[in-house]
Amino acid sequence: MIRVAITAEPLDIAGLTAAAQVGSGALATFVGSVRADDGVTELELEHYPGATERALETVANEATARWRLDAATIVHRVGPMAPGEPIVFVAAAAPHRGAALDACAFMIDRLKTDAPFWKRERRGPAARWVEARGSDDAAAARWDQPPLPES
Amino acid sequence: MAIDLLYFAWVREAIGTGQERREPPAEVATIADLIDWLRTQSDGHARAFADRTRLRAAVDQRFVPLNAPIAGAREVAIFPPVTGG
Repeated sequence: MIRVAITAEPLDIAGLTAAAQVGSGALATFVGSVRADDGVTELELEHYPGATERALETVANEATARWRLDAATIVHRVGPMAPGEPIVFVAAAAPHRGAALDACAFMIDRLKTDAPFWKRERRGPAARWVEARGSDDAAAARWDQPPLPES
Repeated sequence: MAIDLLYFAWVREAIGTGQERREPPAEVATIADLIDWLRTQSDGHARAFADRTRLRAAVDQRFVPLNAPIAGAREVAIFPPVTGG
């Protein structure tokens, strides 16, 4: 089961977690939240409607095939949000923890480089587009190696 | 043939619109050619497209390298490197 969504509403992490658990032995989840870096007062997320959903589906489908997941969930918030609020929820359900944990990490790493979102930080009246980080490319690229066989 | 162009983030702000339809000349074959041609269209385009290394693109909603052909494209998006998650 694949579920991907873009929403301008606050993320209900408890509700999303409950929905992501489909009776599997293992559920790994990741929640990314807005950091109050250097006095950030608001973060705004812009996206490319249509292309974003397609990119998230590709990431979730790839994780499901590679780790034989029972379910994969990616929900990303867009629009303005405050420090402390969740931006993204990722979940991988699988029979065992190794697959669930790796698939969850894979999905958030790939999302950061493959999905068309752009962050703008506000500090009071000043606004600034966030620059992409090379460390995100490196994190995504580590999944280019085939996974080690499970022992 | 006319192409729908989409712009995001600071590219959109520099150009002053998120969407426009343009008919590039026949010699415009790739995304990189398109960027070079668009740069001549207004001061805003020139600002947005001054540094090609800061730009990424999608053809019909799929990410492509800047040397990708645009033949047959209905929609081309040009934007900064992505920063989601």
